[in-house]
Amino acid sequence: MSHDNSKPLMRFLLLFSRQGKLRLQKWFTPMSDREKKKIIRDMTTMVLARQPRSCNFLHWKDLKIIYKRYASLYFCLAIESQENELLALEVIHRYVELLDKYFGNVCELDIIFNFEKAYFILDEFLMGGEIQETSKQVVNRCIESSDMLQETMEEYMSKPAF
Amino acid sequence: MALKIVKGSIDRMFDKNLQDLVRGIRNHKEDEAKYISTCIDEIKQELKQDNIAVKANAVCKLTYLQMLGYDVSWAAFNIVEVMSSSKFTYKRIGYLAASQCFHESTDVIMLTTNQIRKDLSSPNQYDTGVALTGLSCFVTPDLARDLANDIMTLVSHGDCVKRKRCSVLIMYKVFLKYPESLRPAFPRLKEKLEDPDPGVQSAAVNVICELARRNPKNYLSLAPLFFKLMTSSTNNWVLIKIIKLFGALTPLEPRLGKKLIEPLTNLIHSTSAMSLLYECVNTVIAGQYCSSVGSVVLCVQKLRILIEDSDQNLKYLGLLAMSKILKTHPKSVQSHKDLILQCLDDKDESIRLRALDLLYGMVSKKNLMEIVKKLMLHVDKAEGTTYRDELLTKIIDICSQSNYQYITNFEWSVSQPVTPHPPGISVSWWTIRVFAVAQMATLLDNAHLLTGSMQRNGICEVLYAAAWICGEFSEHLENPLQTLEAMLRPKVATLPGHIQAVYVQNAAKLFATVLKSQEGNTDSTTAQETSQLMIDRLPLFVQSANLEVQERASCILQLVKYIQKLQQKDVEVAEEVIALFAGELNPVAPKAQKKVPVPEGLDLDAWINEPPSESESEDEQPKAIFAKEEPKHSRPRHTEVDEKELARRREARKQEQANNPFYIKASPSSQKVYQDAPGVEHIPVVQIDLSVPLKVPGLPMSDQYVKLEEERRQKERAEKKKKEKKKRKEKRSGRGKKHDSGPESEEDITPAHMVDIVTEEMPEVRCVSLQIQFSTSRIFNELSPSSFWVFNEKKSSKHKKKKQKKEKEEKEKKKKKKKHHHHHHHSDGGGEESVQNGTVEEEEPLPVSVYDIQGNLQDGSQVVVSVIFENKCDSFLKSMEFNVLDSLNSKLQRPEGSGPHDGLTVPFQLPPGVSNEARFVFTVQSIVMPQKLKGTLTFIVKDSSTHEKLDFKLHFTCTSYLITTPCYSDAFAKLLESGDLKGSSVRLEGVNMPFHHLLARICFHHHFSVVERIDSCASMYSRSIQGHHVCLLVKTSGQTVSIDAKCDEPTLLGNVLDEIKQTFSQC
Repeated sequence: MSHDNSKPLMRFLLLFSRQGKLRLQKWFTPMSDREKKKIIRDMTTMVLARQPRSCNFLHWKDLKIIYKRYASLYFCLAIESQENELLALEVIHRYVELLDKYFGNVCELDIIFNFEKAYFILDEFLMGGEIQETSKQVVNRCIESSDMLQETMEEYMSKPAF
Repeated sequence: MALKIVKGSIDRMFDKNLQDLVRGIRNHKEDEAKYISTCIDEIKQELKQDNIAVKANAVCKLTYLQMLGYDVSWAAFNIVEVMSSSKFTYKRIGYLAASQCFHESTDVIMLTTNQIRKDLSSPNQYDTGVALTGLSCFVTPDLARDLANDIMTLVSHGDCVKRKRCSVLIMYKVFLKYPESLRPAFPRLKEKLEDPDPGVQSAAVNVICELARRNPKNYLSLAPLFFKLMTSSTNNWVLIKIIKLFGALTPLEPRLGKKLIEPLTNLIHSTSAMSLLYECVNTVIAGQYCSSVGSVVLCVQKLRILIEDSDQNLKYLGLLAMSKILKTHPKSVQSHKDLILQCLDDKDESIRLRALDLLYGMVSKKNLMEIVKKLMLHVDKAEGTTYRDELLTKIIDICSQSNYQYITNFEWSVSQPVTPHPPGISVSWWTIRVFAVAQMATLLDNAHLLTGSMQRNGICEVLYAAAWICGEFSEHLENPLQTLEAMLRPKVATLPGHIQAVYVQNAAKLFATVLKSQEGNTDSTTAQETSQLMIDRLPLFVQSANLEVQERASCILQLVKYIQKLQQKDVEVAEEVIALFAGELNPVAPKAQKKVPVPEGLDLDAWINEPPSESESEDEQPKAIFAKEEPKHSRPRHTEVDEKELARRREARKQEQANNPFYIKASPSSQKVYQDAPGVEHIPVVQIDLSVPLKVPGLPMSDQYVKLEEERRQKERAEKKKKEKKKRKEKRSGRGKKHDSGPESEEDITPAHMVDIVTEEMPEVRCVSLQIQFSTSRIFNELSPSSFWVFNEKKSSKHKKKKQKKEKEEKEKKKKKKKHHHHHHHSDGGGEESVQNGTVEEEEPLPVSVYDIQGNLQDGSQVVVSVIFENKCDSFLKSMEFNVLDSLNSKLQRPEGSGPHDGLTVPFQLPPGVSNEARFVFTVQSIVMPQKLKGTLTFIVKDSSTHEKLDFKLHFTCTSYLITTPCYSDAFAKLLESGDLKGSSVRLEGVNMPFHHLLARICFHHHFSVVERIDSCASMYSRSIQGHHVCLLVKTSGQTVSIDAKCDEPTLLGNVLDEIKQTFSQC
């Protein structure tokens, strides 16, 4: 077993556009900014170079990269080499479903302009690289009630979302 | 409203919010860096203000900029400020920023300890939530140490489920950073494994599984607890974790393996979640030591289904797992060669590469030629250079694997243009030398085709071998001059140095051969021209940068110049030139020495010099032995000795030898053997089984060989079959056994076109295949929690009761049973209504109730029917016999030897009140029509010992022949476009249910899967067990539902539509 045991199952999750613009990044292990930048660069070039209709798995260093494209966005999740690829795809899909539910037919712009919400949803679903809550309903309920608690920034700024 | 606008514009005067920033960046695409630097300046101003709202806004913007790759570490302190705001709004933003920006070396983290502690114990559960989330991202050893206790308090006393769950998860992080906290916390963590809340439970499972994988030894004691969880849990996320954990534990405790194999196989059978299935299969494969042959067969079957799937991901993973099995059970994988070869056609390169890897391991003597032939076809087709290089390298690897052990037909191998034939082959298999040389000459002639793109990968190595072979065995060349010319082409100079060197050297050998052949020819122009050719071309190599090439070339050049001079003087030089390269390499098989018979009279163990004390005639005996060994040398010496003396000595020696028990007596023939000088022909060469005669004219292409080989094998097979038939006739009962051993012998591996390769002895495995068919509904299509159950075909019975009394009682029981079933398989109430896919109609309610039937399907012609027998009377029932009146189309499968009307003995007895299930296999020919079969069940009631009879009807509907098969929209569109399908449509009136319920109902009852859904319109797809495609287009408007359907079998379609109609008319 070559893997470093102190690392969580999921290492990072990146969302980027077809043009390679990063839309969201979540690091489940602490990493320096330089490392992060290098990984982001590697990921975008690797994933964007893939032929359409290829399988969604890649090997990168000792990690497995699972990516999936939804509309114009690529979701890219790095997991340990022993982890289950299909489960990782489910995690990605579940996150997309959660976003979809929250934003109502989510699109890239939703995530660009409300990126903090996208993070909140993700934090509700995953925690420290582990699945925190498997039920969609529970996650949605949590997000809704946190939002209730939060007087929205829009209210304060009294402007439309975008 | 007006006030708000005014307030907004005032705010906007001094700050922008996140949306403004994002919009601004998008509008300044050209000078983004400049724009952002002004923004950062603004943010710095905002951070200086006292208003926490403004600060939070600034931090929020910074988080965004951080994502874009800008350094925001300078604002770390401001982030802490925002984190410690009492308002959740700002706290949330602060923690988000911290979790994104902080890492272990951020020094302000130590300032957060108290704030986090406060938030953890906050009465507001959301404060705790964000704090825990943040902590999970930036926990340091210090934080872990300081906060471990607070977290422990949350775990044990947390009033709210969410808090508990999060804190359990965060414990893992804390343990990692501060391992001392593990020991005191562990008992509490263990308690959480049995927490009533599934969320907390799964969090605990997560944490313990991760801990256990780090250090499995300490967690062996938890195995029983996890085993219980594994058999009871229905949460697939949790199940996968537990299975992973067991994967880590089994190496330490081999007994676990035996225990696990059953629940694992059950899961493999029953789950429809591909991720879980894949995990189980992987675990079974990894724990080879505990897996029986049966489970490996099962895994291979499942993997085959994955590989056959249209989903690239499943295909890839299937191949990946296959290669793991290949290492331990190569034979079970080899039978799927056809499938793996198909994967080489895949569009996806990573899948092709996987398949290649697999093929490498699958090669055997039997299939090598076929595989390489297929690969060669792909080389021609291959587009990407990397892929083609990989292909060629793999072909070489495959052929040269284990020192050519799989190559039975060397002639074939030599004819493969890319196979490397290191000189080794041609030397050792001297029988095919002539052939090889001819091939190599052609190859050299066409070398220009090979060079160029192939130079990068090792393909040009073959030229190295070719040149050597042609040089060394040049006497077999038909046209040495032509080959010589080919070897001296200027293009050769582009080849790697070591190859050029061989070229030069062998050109010289060829030159010698040409001279030899021209010797005695009165016209010496050819010989002279050849010399001139050498002198013209060799300078190119003399200039070579490669030392070896240069050295050889200049040597040979000078030599040729000298020869030319001699030629001009008409001196015959050929003999001398040939002498330069004289001496033939003889093939010696590794075991050849053993095969050389030890000559009689030669005792290898005997002393060559007799120990001095033993004998008087010490100087004679060694001589005698020496004489025998090397008669040529010793003979002249013997002639000097006079005949009489010799005879006397001989006599004496004979006597001596006769008296000496250590001597083996010589026989008269022994000398003869040694008279002949040992020639090449006497050294035995390993016999090659050449199936093709050597005198094939011209150069046959490789596929001809394959054909010949195939024919030969077919013949063999036919003969074998004949033999087997005979055997079978003799020994009918022994049939099963032979089948069982089938897959073990290499001879019998037939391509497994069907999933069902299992024999009658393994009924469980047989059912597997049908379960697979059902479980093809994939998680990606429907990710709701309910997607984790199997679309298990489920039928309830329709009872026609004559006796009113019993009806009530029975209904109650039925309900109970049903509930139980539903609970087991799915959690939503979707299957509440009875379905008419297959029913048992009971004519008389006798004490035995045949009351649940699960029509199950597998390959094209078989249907498995599960019948549950329940004894409702108070007596013991025994000797049950199940019989069905066969129709022309459907037949009950009976054991061999029984008549067509014999009943099947139900393999159990029923005490009162007990139920049990039996399965029966039916063979069905045509599936386009629904079927009704009449049957009877006879049994003996023990107390009264009376024979009783119960009649029933089995109803096979067309729906029951459909398998839920997912389909991509593009494949679906292609299918519709193909025009092979015939259409039909049906209208349903008064359907009063939401559209998605309607779809779910069709999916569930009629085994369709939704291809695409747009508003109130959906396309659906299913496939019959015989491969008919059934496509539906379902539209709804108001209470009317119209279904347009297409299928390649109109009768089947009509019946399916009728059945759908019936389903909806019942509700």
